[in-house]
Amino acid sequence: MKRRDFLRNSALASGAFLIPSFLKPLEAMAINNLSGHKNLVIIQLSGGNDGLNTIVPYANDIYYQKRQTIAIKQPDIIKLTDLQGLNPNLGALKEIYDQGWMSVINSVGYPNPDRSHFRSMDIWQTGSDANQFLTTGWIGRYLDSNCSTCQHPYTAIEVDDTLSLAMKGGKMKGIAVEDPGKLYQATRNPYFKQLINEHAHSNFNEDNLGYLYKTMIETNASAEYIQQTSKTYTTNSQYPQTPFANQLKTVAKFINSGLKTRVYYVSLSGFDTHTTQQNQQGRQLKIYGDAVAAFVKDLKQAGKLDDTLVMTFSEFGRRVEQNASNGTDHGTANNVMIFGGKLKKQGIYNNAPNLSQLDNGDLKYEIDFRDVYATLLDKWLDVNNSQVLNKNFSGLGFV
Amino acid sequence: MGSNLKHIRHLYARAGFGLRFEDLRQVEGLSVKQAVDLLLAQADRVDDASIIAGNINYKDFLMANEGTKKMFLQEQRQQEKALNIDWVNKMSTSNAQLRERMTLFWHNHFACRTQNAWYAQQLNNIQRKHALGNFKTLLLEVSKSPAMLQFLNNQQNQKNHPNENFARELMELFTIGRENYTESDVKESARAFTGWGFTKDGEFKARPALHDAGNKTFLSQTGNFAGEDIINILLDKKETARFICNKLYKNFVNETPSAVHVNAMADVFYSSKYEIKPLLTYLFNADWFYEEKNIGNLIKSPVEFIVGLNRQFYITYQNPDVVLQFERALGQVLFYPPNVAGWPGGRNWIDSSSLMYRLKIPSTVLNGGVIDFSGKVDPEDEAFIATTRKQKEAVTTKVQATVDWDRFTANIPAKASPLAIAQTILNTGLSAGLTNLINKSTDTKAMVIELVSTPEYQLC
Repeated sequence: MKRRDFLRNSALASGAFLIPSFLKPLEAMAINNLSGHKNLVIIQLSGGNDGLNTIVPYANDIYYQKRQTIAIKQPDIIKLTDLQGLNPNLGALKEIYDQGWMSVINSVGYPNPDRSHFRSMDIWQTGSDANQFLTTGWIGRYLDSNCSTCQHPYTAIEVDDTLSLAMKGGKMKGIAVEDPGKLYQATRNPYFKQLINEHAHSNFNEDNLGYLYKTMIETNASAEYIQQTSKTYTTNSQYPQTPFANQLKTVAKFINSGLKTRVYYVSLSGFDTHTTQQNQQGRQLKIYGDAVAAFVKDLKQAGKLDDTLVMTFSEFGRRVEQNASNGTDHGTANNVMIFGGKLKKQGIYNNAPNLSQLDNGDLKYEIDFRDVYATLLDKWLDVNNSQVLNKNFSGLGFV
Repeated sequence: MGSNLKHIRHLYARAGFGLRFEDLRQVEGLSVKQAVDLLLAQADRVDDASIIAGNINYKDFLMANEGTKKMFLQEQRQQEKALNIDWVNKMSTSNAQLRERMTLFWHNHFACRTQNAWYAQQLNNIQRKHALGNFKTLLLEVSKSPAMLQFLNNQQNQKNHPNENFARELMELFTIGRENYTESDVKESARAFTGWGFTKDGEFKARPALHDAGNKTFLSQTGNFAGEDIINILLDKKETARFICNKLYKNFVNETPSAVHVNAMADVFYSSKYEIKPLLTYLFNADWFYEEKNIGNLIKSPVEFIVGLNRQFYITYQNPDVVLQFERALGQVLFYPPNVAGWPGGRNWIDSSSLMYRLKIPSTVLNGGVIDFSGKVDPEDEAFIATTRKQKEAVTTKVQATVDWDRFTANIPAKASPLAIAQTILNTGLSAGLTNLINKSTDTKAMVIELVSTPEYQLC
């Protein structure tokens, strides 16, 4: 028996389990205070980020042939290996890469790729096959899996004002918190407390009214826990002045203050670059790179980087050949970026994308995205991936 | 509440923005069918949006100096805001509530973003004009509107370099839905729309030099198709009628569609050649529309929620920014859908923070943030209540909203019991807890504020 399980079981034996968990989060969580704690941070780039202009395969002539006007010029590229380099707007990540805190997995995708934003984003967020429609997200199903720390909505926090499908399970869902203080204040109203008390012992129906009351009750408990735990922590680290950097700053505050959250979710949009791509994508990549670099350094300083993994994905990459409007159309496979203090394989994880063997002008995937998820589930979140992904994936070796 | 009145309340909750006491007076004694006719007759009126006076040409300003550019961007933001507020006001006061409700439906169906407020207003007026008209006309005009041409990059869709964005969304989201076409259909139909663009004055223009006049094979038919032909072929497929009816059903009836009812709607829609009014007449008169499971179980969209509150209490905002803030906090900024699929709706409207906002907004607007209630309070609560009372004036000053309580109260029937009042405001049944709370209340205004601050009020 693992030490963590032993401690939990002894706490259960002491009678703590009699308390409905959503009513007593502070007490219920105290039992986990001694456990090692790993955080997963997911960053979603919405709109279909052009991976080929992010991690540039500069040594491949085909890249320059197919992208006459929008290819990143050789001298501007920040070289990582003999084959691939960073978009110049990701300059801030070079230091992170050199420290061994970054890994790039090339050509991640799935069979029969879908080129619709919504559908492909759903596939990534639910972890489904291309022809399978799931209504729960993969993190949501992780919450459903009865893992030791999954009883509470705050096990998965999306720092945003709405909750993504990825975070919604069948029974459980994560919580969206843009500003913990504000959310907490909103739940303090005595009238709402009365409504909560009246319904605290109800068996909620499956209907929307039951759903609303259940959400209200869970919000109340989680808001209190998040606020009480994180309010005293202040960071000395410098972050860029962007809303996205602010979201990562909030995540760092939560992690560094010792919140028992396992998964954090943030997103950055603006990557749908059908026209005049270079400026638009450059702007977004700079926002992304600068914020992530600040975030990683903040965690390092607080001694939390070894306990944290960051994964960045987008719903698809873009077509290899540019279009007539100096942009790129929807494509398929893409790179996934991983950050963390304890990476098993640092740097570029696998072969650079193959630009000569394409599927209808698009990259062929070499790694199923669910193998990335499986790795995170098995090795980081301590739950068997088949429980969440509905079949078993063998996983990768980046951690 | 008699079952007739209950059904009329349900009708107003779905075909409009909720039943006001004022409406209650109007429909008393009417059958459901008569109430449907009344709503349809009122919807004949079309109030165009006209707040944006003209088109500002972006390109002229790009060439101008920095100072002018900044002014232009400011003006652009002002216009976006003005257009948004103007529509909220229209929905909040119009008697043509079914037309506005349907305009909102099409606004979401043909979700579109543009920074040009003139284009946005044009598209909004197209959706309003045809809100209950013919779907094909609506679809054609939307497809040819500068806002949509720009948003889905058809301006860049040219003979030698097709841009598939519009063609794909036309099928996936606007007409036939997934599973009914192939990637090749997307590519071929994109060619048919090559050359569709607009002039800098915001007029549609088919540009023959950019059009691919070759043969295209689309949904098993081959010909030198133009954009109009593609739309005709799509509407010939009954799947399109079913797709639209399915969406209408989820919006107006129940999030879980009944195949039988959706097919019945699609029959009406298809056989009337995509006329919307007969379809709605059929829907709102159908027995199954009034089944118990379809009543009070849809989550109001943020705009329905805000507009419903405005209408019931005759709220006017001196500072329109407040309305925008509400839209933002609740996750539905008009003219700014998250993507071309529109707002996903249903339970997606609700998460922890948006729910807390929704519960708080009514008391913030109606009573400076104070909810007077008769329950037991502990010392911590006393402190909270004291603080909110102290802040009441500051909140009222900040919100800058006027509520016409006199008009609200004057329309409540003299003999109406507190329970009857509650049952007009809430579309759900009343739980024991709520009934208890209603019976305890001694002040109508305080009770009403309690009622609109409940999870029940989020439903329609």
